[in-house]
Amino acid sequence: MRAIRPRLASRFAALLGLAPALAILVVVYVGCTAWTIWISMTSSRMLPSSNFVGLRQYEALFANERWQVSVGNLAVFGVLFMLVSIALGFLLAVAIDQRVRGENLLRSIFLYPFSMSFIVTGLVWQWLLNPTFGIEKMGRDLGFAAFRFDWIVRQDMVIYTLVFAAVWHAAGLVMAIMLAGLRGIDEDIWKAARIDGLPPWRVYLSVVIPMLGASFATASVLLATSVVRLYDLSVAMTNGGPGVASEVPAKFVMDHLFERGNLGLATAAATSMLITVAAVVGPWLYWQSRRTGRAHA
Amino acid sequence: MTSKGARLAPHRTATNLVTLGAALAGVALWAAPAVAQANKAEVIHWWTSGGESAAVKVFAEQFAKAGGTWVDTAIAGGANARTAAINRTVGGTPPTMMQFNTGKQFDELVENDLLNDVDAIATEQKWKDKIPGPILAATTRNGKMFAVPVNIHGQNWLFYNTEVLKKVGAEEPKTWDDLIPILDKIKAAGLIPLAFSGQKTWERNLFNAVLIGQGGPELWQAVYGKKDPAAVKSAAFKNVAETYAKLRGYVDPGAPGRNWNDASALVIQGKAGFQVNGDWAKGEFIAAGQTAGKEYGCTILSKAGGGYVMGGDVFAFPKTKDPNQLKTQIMLAKLMLEPETQIAFNTKKGSIPVRTDVDVSSMDICAQKGAKMAADKAQQAPAMELLTPPSVTGAVEDVISSFWNTPAQSTDQFADKFAAALKQI
Repeated sequence: MRAIRPRLASRFAALLGLAPALAILVVVYVGCTAWTIWISMTSSRMLPSSNFVGLRQYEALFANERWQVSVGNLAVFGVLFMLVSIALGFLLAVAIDQRVRGENLLRSIFLYPFSMSFIVTGLVWQWLLNPTFGIEKMGRDLGFAAFRFDWIVRQDMVIYTLVFAAVWHAAGLVMAIMLAGLRGIDEDIWKAARIDGLPPWRVYLSVVIPMLGASFATASVLLATSVVRLYDLSVAMTNGGPGVASEVPAKFVMDHLFERGNLGLATAAATSMLITVAAVVGPWLYWQSRRTGRAHA
Repeated sequence: MTSKGARLAPHRTATNLVTLGAALAGVALWAAPAVAQANKAEVIHWWTSGGESAAVKVFAEQFAKAGGTWVDTAIAGGANARTAAINRTVGGTPPTMMQFNTGKQFDELVENDLLNDVDAIATEQKWKDKIPGPILAATTRNGKMFAVPVNIHGQNWLFYNTEVLKKVGAEEPKTWDDLIPILDKIKAAGLIPLAFSGQKTWERNLFNAVLIGQGGPELWQAVYGKKDPAAVKSAAFKNVAETYAKLRGYVDPGAPGRNWNDASALVIQGKAGFQVNGDWAKGEFIAAGQTAGKEYGCTILSKAGGGYVMGGDVFAFPKTKDPNQLKTQIMLAKLMLEPETQIAFNTKKGSIPVRTDVDVSSMDICAQKGAKMAADKAQQAPAMELLTPPSVTGAVEDVISSFWNTPAQSTDQFADKFAAALKQI
């Protein structure tokens, strides 16, 4: 008994200590999520109302052209941004790992964009890409009269300019993660490969990349979160334009929540985003838990 | 305050947390009597730019003269300011007075019984005979006035650079059909015909200027007032859409994403001929040292004779049980509509007085033109946001914006989407 009592007491203390965090979790996250889902089934406009309309907000949402464009944009942006950032970040890390001179300086330069907010990034790229005073004008001033680089004002190309800016922003971070991974690889592996006469590219492809699994996973998770919450870059760079060509789901939610006083539609959009994320993350978590479960058994 | 709070705390348990809590309690104690102070008015508004804050200062000074204390809560961005004000009102700690655009933004506050009406003072001051009909209607719910309009902004002005017009040998146009050949001449002269800011709001504003100018007040009312799908699919509406589509050819490649004041600057510098904008653009011309009627001119394009699109700002008064606050609210309402306050405020704001009985001869020539139209029943047209709630305005804006930016879209497709956007849950 004497042995048990202190343990019980300490468990109680631990629970007590965790209680505020638990309360916040339940009230703020779970509570607000439930509330959001409930509001998305009402006819709420500027203020919440309890007039139940079933799934009519969702019907309106999926018939909404701007929402369709937003979802399409997020898919294009997400795939390209993640692939290019990871590829570019990995290549940068490999290049720096060749024991180049001025490594510290280069590392800082590549990581530097990440220290800026998306708002600043967006503004800088907006200016660079503006056809009347950015890169296009510079090209023409240099004598190339037919030079055209007006993607940011073209509906069909504008989403790629967002990918540019975001990759510029994030590639340095991926590089830092990959570089840490590369530095963790045992020198002996390189020596063994040299003895076997393997060319370096082959070592990277067949040995190093599989060993960097954790680094790739970390980079992917970090990048994926910035895909889902993509908002400020679109606001600062194009404000969703031209037309609705560079709108994204998070911006749809924010605009309808505040500017347009349409809580019903905004929460329906937010709920749809949540369901999409859950549909991707859920199976992955399940797979992870199965895997660790098997490892324990 | 922190020391005062800390002293209240028992010594033995004076951990950091307790100190913090006591300090917060100290703040509350200190803040409580301040709220009850007589004639103290907290005002939430979004007038943060140079000209705007100079304008709101007129109210603050008049209020101070009358013995009140003005607590200025300026929040940049209309949507942010309104959200803050609404959240505080719903949460039970409302400001004394809060700004909205004239229109439907405060509808739900009235429906939920969160606003005090100002009908008594309006009747006493005979405001209802002096304020133009559409503006009065926009502040009236169930027969009672629920907000005090303080200005009228004309939204469909056409500004032009007189030098540029002289250079191409053109006169001030009267209709959109007059304007198109002039735009061609300016284009031929190597200048930007129409200075444009390609953001959704301004794409909508340009469309609305064409809608009232080409379609006239009747079509305007049928589309935005009655939301009649037949009107949207009429030949007159199609003509409007075609005229609007023609304008795409007269803007420069840098237009998408540009801010409206940068577009005004193009006209000011003589790089562009025209800009369609609200009268708030005058602030830019004035700041550049230009005078209306000299370096720049202003006109309203109208084919059917009539159509001054009137919007503006109002102040609303949240429900309060504090008799002092109630008195202060009435005092503010009365003060803002005094003729001298109206002239001083609107001169700085670029708008015109909301009372048609005020002498505007001291204001610039554009304001005088505007005041004349605002007083003329045949010319009065309520702005879009006076007729449609923000959710509908936003949906229509998306449709207009995607039409402007997608030359391949036919006017019929546009009309179909337009009609669908007017109908919302």
